[in-house]
Amino acid sequence: MGEITRLTAAELASRLSSGEVSSVEAVQAHLDQIERAEPLVNSFITVTADDALATARQIDERRARGEELHPLAGVPVAVKDLIVTKGTRTTAGSKMLQEWVPPYDATVTAKVREAGLPILGKTNMDEFAMGSTTEHSAFGRTYNPWHTGRVPGGSSGGSAAAVAAWEAPLAIGTDTGGSIRQPAALTGTVGVKPTYGSVSRYGVIAMASSLDQVGPMTRTVADAAALHELLAGHDAQDSTSLPQAVPGFRAAAANRDVKGLKVGVLAQSYGAGVSAGVRGSFQAALDLLAEAGAEIVELQLPALDYALDAYYLIMPSEVSSNLARFDGMRYGLRAEPQDGPVTAERVMAETRRQGFGWEAKRRIILGTYALSAGYYDAYYGSAQKVRTLVKRDFARAFEQVDVLASPTAPTTAFGFGQDAEDPMTMYLNDVFTIPANLAGLPGLSLPSGIAGDGLPVGFQLLAPELADERLYSAGGALEALLEERRGGRFADQLTEIGMAGSAADSTGGI
Amino acid sequence: MPGEITTEQVAHLAQLARIAADEQELAQLSQDLGKILGAVARVQEIATDEVPATSHPIPLSNVYREDVPVPTLTQEEALSGAPEAAEGKFAVPQILGEE
Repeated sequence: MGEITRLTAAELASRLSSGEVSSVEAVQAHLDQIERAEPLVNSFITVTADDALATARQIDERRARGEELHPLAGVPVAVKDLIVTKGTRTTAGSKMLQEWVPPYDATVTAKVREAGLPILGKTNMDEFAMGSTTEHSAFGRTYNPWHTGRVPGGSSGGSAAAVAAWEAPLAIGTDTGGSIRQPAALTGTVGVKPTYGSVSRYGVIAMASSLDQVGPMTRTVADAAALHELLAGHDAQDSTSLPQAVPGFRAAAANRDVKGLKVGVLAQSYGAGVSAGVRGSFQAALDLLAEAGAEIVELQLPALDYALDAYYLIMPSEVSSNLARFDGMRYGLRAEPQDGPVTAERVMAETRRQGFGWEAKRRIILGTYALSAGYYDAYYGSAQKVRTLVKRDFARAFEQVDVLASPTAPTTAFGFGQDAEDPMTMYLNDVFTIPANLAGLPGLSLPSGIAGDGLPVGFQLLAPELADERLYSAGGALEALLEERRGGRFADQLTEIGMAGSAADSTGGI
Repeated sequence: MPGEITTEQVAHLAQLARIAADEQELAQLSQDLGKILGAVARVQEIATDEVPATSHPIPLSNVYREDVPVPTLTQEEALSGAPEAAEGKFAVPQILGEE
């Protein structure tokens, strides 16, 4: 059954529809791989084997009856544990929700169920999606399948690792400041953050509401396009959901022509923080695009130098407000103080002391500060102005080019515990991904190659709002050019979990 | 002032945010927040008076829906995750005063 897990979602879907493979076989093959790989990677918080097999049986029966099915029906998927699933516990990676079983489905969960994709389980993540390493989970770390001494990125590190380790052909993640694209980069997979508002956030546990977005995580651009199509669309349950119809993305992903495509390279791509290995791989991919007829120009977007700073004021401010709902009264953990009166207020404070991890507390307190009277204008107010300037820079850039390019992350996967001394060290990982969240733009990360340390490098494409299609037409073409040069799919280079670890050193981040 | 939050300030913020914390945690938070704010305060360099604020990346206004009843959670479902429930309601600790 090993071979089934090596198929892309598109290949598996076509074998399912031809009857060559049943959905039960497909799900079982992935459950077997989960059993083999989990001791090494720990991608999942909860595996829902019985539910997945039950869905697979239903799909096989419906197919046997000749029913019209969704193209991805029967193809298994892993879902980030930030997205609520009726009847299956949803923890957000936090002790606060360790035992919480939601009484409803998120809109994206409902869409996945409606289309008949068996859900293999819920993937690990930084607590409440706060982090870039998946170390900040109450359920233990996730390890990078390429090198188990390295982080998989985060916060959707479990979804990324599951896809890279052949545990699932498709996964769903969320991206607030890079939480889909950065782990995709660090694990050699494909991740897309759609235009803000184009995928429903209903039932997605909110971190920073003006930045959060749900998107696909896969091993190929075409698979991301297919899953994105399924997830997207207007939802009356989400008042930030855009009314526009979402076009199909699979046709765009089949594009192989970049002649005349105008690619703007962010000048920051050549900045000091970008490692030599990342820079080399990025430049080689740009050269391939240029040889194929794309027009490459370097662009200065100066406000982007302030995007990280604005993000670390806006995001914690929204976090402090959103996480106020975890009060120990209606759902989730309730903890009573050890001594003194058991009042509601003291129960809340004790519940939040026990339920939240350090990073969550740090961001809540920071946000409370940034929003407090006397500091509001200097911090939150200024950050919102920077947001305007970032949007203006992007708007000017997209008058000149079709897409923007940069590395997804400044380094390859690094070791654990590197943010212990200074929190800003970890935050700097998101320097290339954050601007798209501030401006609401869609972004895609695909693997451009392997650096000198044996680890994957991510290449990021950004497009104007509602032009997600461009990510797929440019991304699909670039992926094909890279495959041609390489002589095969990127993901197939990972033949054994942790393999790159034997070739690389253990300090990380080349 | 940027780059400095005293432990007394952090204690007040923690109280506002309803997070119980001991002295050591407050000291660590004061140090961490100092580092973060010291770095991010530079937003003020380019946030001049004439720049308007953006609160939402793609703003929508007047988002309405039809005013018709739709299915909601049952009382039982709504209470299913409650740490404590009684008589079909959330049961909470004492909320008024301290005796």
